[in-house]
Amino acid sequence: MNHKVYNNRAWWLILPMLLLVAFSAIIPLMTVVNYSVQDVFDTHTRFFTGVEWFEATLNDPALQMALLRQFAFSFTVLAIEVPLGIGIALLMPKRGWQASAVLILVTMPLLIPWNVVGSIWQIFTRGDIGLMGWGLRELGYGYNITRSATDAWGTIILMDVWHWTPLIALLCYSGLRSIPDAYYQAARIDRASQWAVFRYIQLPKLTNVLVIGVLLRFMHSFMIYAEPFVLTGGGPGSSTTFLSQSLTTMAIGQQDLGPSAAFSIIYFLIILLVCWVFYTAIMNLQKDKQQKGT
Amino acid sequence: MEWMVWTTSTAIFFATIAALLLGMTAWEIASPTVERKGFLPIATTRGDRLFIGLVCAAYIHLVVVGFTPFNLWLALAVSILWLVILMRWG
Repeated sequence: MNHKVYNNRAWWLILPMLLLVAFSAIIPLMTVVNYSVQDVFDTHTRFFTGVEWFEATLNDPALQMALLRQFAFSFTVLAIEVPLGIGIALLMPKRGWQASAVLILVTMPLLIPWNVVGSIWQIFTRGDIGLMGWGLRELGYGYNITRSATDAWGTIILMDVWHWTPLIALLCYSGLRSIPDAYYQAARIDRASQWAVFRYIQLPKLTNVLVIGVLLRFMHSFMIYAEPFVLTGGGPGSSTTFLSQSLTTMAIGQQDLGPSAAFSIIYFLIILLVCWVFYTAIMNLQKDKQQKGT
Repeated sequence: MEWMVWTTSTAIFFATIAALLLGMTAWEIASPTVERKGFLPIATTRGDRLFIGLVCAAYIHLVVVGFTPFNLWLALAVSILWLVILMRWG
């Protein structure tokens, strides 16, 4: 235990931020909660419905399936992007003009807006003019994202991996850059294998950036909207309809504000729980490590 | 405020949360929390336990509303009981 005296007055410094967040997030969220227990036509004509919307939302098979698909999607992209990102970061050159060139190349996909990514891949996968669609078809595979759910899934995952692996790679790259040379020298003196260097030096030092990377990627992928919307429109059928798209259809397409408010709250609670679990788990791993170190 | 379409129950809900936060602040000033390990698998502070308790309460309510025929007050009672257990022994 440390015996520092904490001065909590520094907390006042976050007051402006708190006000901003209250204005942009907390007050709107409170409004969403208010909407979720009523049937609102306008501010004067509204009826209290209690938990009816929640009951309906939780028992809606379409939404349950969307939730399952959402989890499947998020965990699949995380499982691919994190190892791949680490691998790319390890392979990136460390100094000289090559380092800058590779950095720029790797960053490129990140700079493309979501709906543009969707459009690019929409064209890319077309059977008549798209290189990938045409190529796969010529190779004898009946590739069609508007008919086959497997193709649609594969393409969306590939698209997300293409778009967001660079984020993980960049974070890991910066994490790797911050490891002092002394560690590597010590490893060389010990004749540590490359695997041992990765396992006992690089990976532990990457934990911090990986926490951020995994959290960001989880939240991003859990809220994914524009890319599948442009690429597949949620189809074929509803095989790639994720949560945010169901929510948009409900809230904007059908103007069902009450049910979509209830849905939003459930969505929010899921994200809150998963992020908290991730964060706590990884922070505690680190704490254990520090205690063992001292 | 009218655009926020307040109802009595949500107002009570948010007032309770605000009161909890204020109460926790006062308690923290009066006697600062010590991180400790209870029956939860991680060491927690008072605030951590309150947060866990509130998230649990939300999920308990969702489960009761969505998948059981029980009354909502039962969910509330269970949540409060669980929150107290967490705060004391968690």
